[in-house]
Amino acid sequence: MDRRDFIKASLAGMATAGLASCSNGSTAEGSGSSSREISGNVPVRLNGSDRVGLLGFGCMRWPMVKDADGNDIIDQEAVNEMVDKALAHGVNYYDSSPVYLQGKSEQAAATALLRHPRESYLIATKLSVWESDRQKCIDMYRRSLDIYKTDHIDYYLLHSMNGADNFRRRFVDTGIWDFLQKEKAAGHIRNLGFSFHGDKNGFDSLMALHDSLHWDFVQIQMNYVDWTHAKDDATAEYMYAELDRREIPIVIMEPLLGGRLASIPATQAERLKASEPGRSIASWAFRFCGSFPRVLTVLSGMNCMDHLEDNLRTFTEFSELGSKEFELLYDVAAQIDKYPLINCTGCQYCMPCPYGIDIPGIFRFYNRHVNEGTYVTSPEQKNYARARRKYLMDYDSSVEKVRQADHCITCGKCRKACPQRIRIPDELRRIDEYIEKVRRGEI
Amino acid sequence: MKTKTNILRGVRIGLACIFLAGITLLFMGIGADWWGWMADIQFLPSTLRVIGSATLLNIGILAGLVGLTLIFGRIYCSVICPLGVFQDVIIWLRRQYGLIADRISVGKKSSGDKGRQHLRENPILKKAVKHFEFSPEHKIARYGFLILTVAAMIIGMQVFVALIAPYSSYGRIVRGVVGITDGSPLPLVATGLAMLLVITACSLLAGRVWCNTICPVGTVLGLLSRFSLLKVSIDEDKCTGCGRCVRGCKASCIDGINHTIDYSRCVNCFDCIGRCSGSAITYGIRRGRGNAKVREEKPGEGVSRRQFLSTGAVIAAGTLAAGPARAAGQGGFAGIIDKQIPERSARILPPGALNASHLQDKCTSCQLCIAACPNDVLRPSTDLAHFLQPEAGYEKGYCRPECVKCSEVCPTGAILPVTVEQKTLVKIGTARVDLDKCLNGCGNCARHCPTGAIRMVKVEGYSHPMPVVVEDVCIGCGACEYLCPVRPLSAIKVDGVSNQTTD
Repeated sequence: MDRRDFIKASLAGMATAGLASCSNGSTAEGSGSSSREISGNVPVRLNGSDRVGLLGFGCMRWPMVKDADGNDIIDQEAVNEMVDKALAHGVNYYDSSPVYLQGKSEQAAATALLRHPRESYLIATKLSVWESDRQKCIDMYRRSLDIYKTDHIDYYLLHSMNGADNFRRRFVDTGIWDFLQKEKAAGHIRNLGFSFHGDKNGFDSLMALHDSLHWDFVQIQMNYVDWTHAKDDATAEYMYAELDRREIPIVIMEPLLGGRLASIPATQAERLKASEPGRSIASWAFRFCGSFPRVLTVLSGMNCMDHLEDNLRTFTEFSELGSKEFELLYDVAAQIDKYPLINCTGCQYCMPCPYGIDIPGIFRFYNRHVNEGTYVTSPEQKNYARARRKYLMDYDSSVEKVRQADHCITCGKCRKACPQRIRIPDELRRIDEYIEKVRRGEI
Repeated sequence: MKTKTNILRGVRIGLACIFLAGITLLFMGIGADWWGWMADIQFLPSTLRVIGSATLLNIGILAGLVGLTLIFGRIYCSVICPLGVFQDVIIWLRRQYGLIADRISVGKKSSGDKGRQHLRENPILKKAVKHFEFSPEHKIARYGFLILTVAAMIIGMQVFVALIAPYSSYGRIVRGVVGITDGSPLPLVATGLAMLLVITACSLLAGRVWCNTICPVGTVLGLLSRFSLLKVSIDEDKCTGCGRCVRGCKASCIDGINHTIDYSRCVNCFDCIGRCSGSAITYGIRRGRGNAKVREEKPGEGVSRRQFLSTGAVIAAGTLAAGPARAAGQGGFAGIIDKQIPERSARILPPGALNASHLQDKCTSCQLCIAACPNDVLRPSTDLAHFLQPEAGYEKGYCRPECVKCSEVCPTGAILPVTVEQKTLVKIGTARVDLDKCLNGCGNCARHCPTGAIRMVKVEGYSHPMPVVVEDVCIGCGACEYLCPVRPLSAIKVDGVSNQTTD
């Protein structure tokens, strides 16, 4: 191992240290690399009378523990602890959905938040009905009000829209849009917007509706990789410009790409560390999003205290990126884009796979080894036997045998569900073929 | 040639610990690359291998074992045989228990030396320590079992041979204990635990009585060790007749009255040499008769620590094996129904086993191949006709094209060596499709067939292309059966073949 390899390895270790420290380590957002004291509050952005903390709490990835039967359940104690700490530092925007964590996310957020005065936090949740079903929509809306024990939701989102047609089918034809307008007039909904996953045309069609419908805010996926490199989708750069032009407040989701930007390829991590040795790799992704003035809040799905603390450090010491730093990030993004990574954020929308495949787990395993440069390249590589054995052993321990890629029969159900529009069956097939070759010793 | 005592015993214990630990780990499926050779030098497996294929290496190993016994006596039984060493551990533990119990009974718990001294002064108090005594050879039983074993091998009653073969018995004990936690078939667990019980009881009550009465390997080696070059012997002039050596002899082979040692039963543990304070007992070239008159005690210290370490290692290894299996990561996962074992027209044998009668002749059911199988394919048969012999099934994995582990570890030649290159040519079965069960021809079987034997074709009456098997290309590896999404019984299953072919 030469010096360069050593630096690479140690950086990769640092970048993943945060992952390892978490109880379920899976979809880590943020990785602590500092032990500085956290003091003060996160910056505030204004939206009408709302003072919104620039760091928002995404409730899609609560910490989990095993119950007596070995099932994963939300660790409510840890949730309470994290929410208390977040609130104490001015993190007051809590974004959930009735479908997150198999329908348990809202309740966990509510349980923690209800221990605090209602005016100290802002509730954001979503209408997550994909089909045209009026009653289901109304039930879901009322259920959210019930769970949060409140008469008003501060930020209500039409969940995962991809264009005007989708909007009409789900919410206009069913009369739900009118229903929500009435609720808003009655003060039960303070801001009504949508979250977007889709292509440029779809985005344009929804923007065209702004003049007649007026979106109070829009939630988009934005990060330094998707800024110009979003695959098949509208780039964040384009969406931001369009929203900014219309003066629509923007909520950012996936600033870290489901934790992927907390553990980027070692050579790239090296460059960021060289520029700011004291800051975590994840902090760059948050500062990127926070540097845009139209951004109301940047959501982070923190699933352990280490992530929260790292993020609090980033935001309480927040400083906007300078032009040199932007240039560095754009270049890092261009380099990352060259890696054969799968842009899975671990959101679990594809799950459960009817055939039991652990789709996010397989992608996470695959990406991790690409990032760390520990994948197998050829029988001629240095220490081939060892690399191969470690790779295969890690596959078997990361993904249960019956849930591995070779069991995918390409039914395609997952593909429609993926908000990142990954061609999941094709990618699973590609990974399966690669691993099969590794197993046979051909690669 | 005379050698001082405790060194011999120390070396014997050290080597025995290495062998016992290695073979135990081997049976737990750990480190076949490092200590796989320990199984290859076991006596009965070596003999079976020579009968199967008299290669220079196989003959060399057997000749080596015979030579070893002809020079040093039955040290094989005290070092290489895992069942023998296992009994030594039990006997040692029994003795430690006795020492402690005695010490407690005389109320000298804290100080070991004082307690011992007290015992020396009051020999009547030595109640709990197990004492052996000389017993004559059980000739009829001993040679009876040997004759039965040879006869069973000739007439094909392999089950009998397998049940009393020492190395395989130890394998089943380990697999049986491990099997309690990982859900191995009940007959294996029951057989293993029964053997554990029998061996423990025998060694607690009468030392190495199993090795010197029932074990056919012990009897054969006993025949040789009568004529061994080096022997333990008693110098009549120096012997004080105290009988300490007799009481400590777990093989019950020292006749204190006639001052002789039954060399056919002596397993060369060298315990007696250490117990004799008068240095009347030595190990060297001699055709001697002993004469014993002993006076003083001298406990063999310095060795017990090592024995303790070896026991500790075994216990630690056992604890490791008993650890919890990895919990399934449920949560956002659809439940997966476990696959069931389909009815097969013929059982599937590991590649290299040739056919049922070859396996029957050579296999001693030691379970090593099953422990070594990394794909959860091999398991012990529960059929009485081939009890605990390996057979393949594809509910948890399939016989991977790059894997030849079972043929590498088999010490008896029951599974003949197969190279990775040959692997995809050895036909161990044939896949058969049940089109009515098939899930719209999803094609996962065809996609993963390593020989391309499954083709997706248009079949009358079905809207999608359906899988068909080209029988002579199919090798029966089970990839299709394992990866078939239809559960609990796959829509495609493998039947064994009567004769494995390699074309």
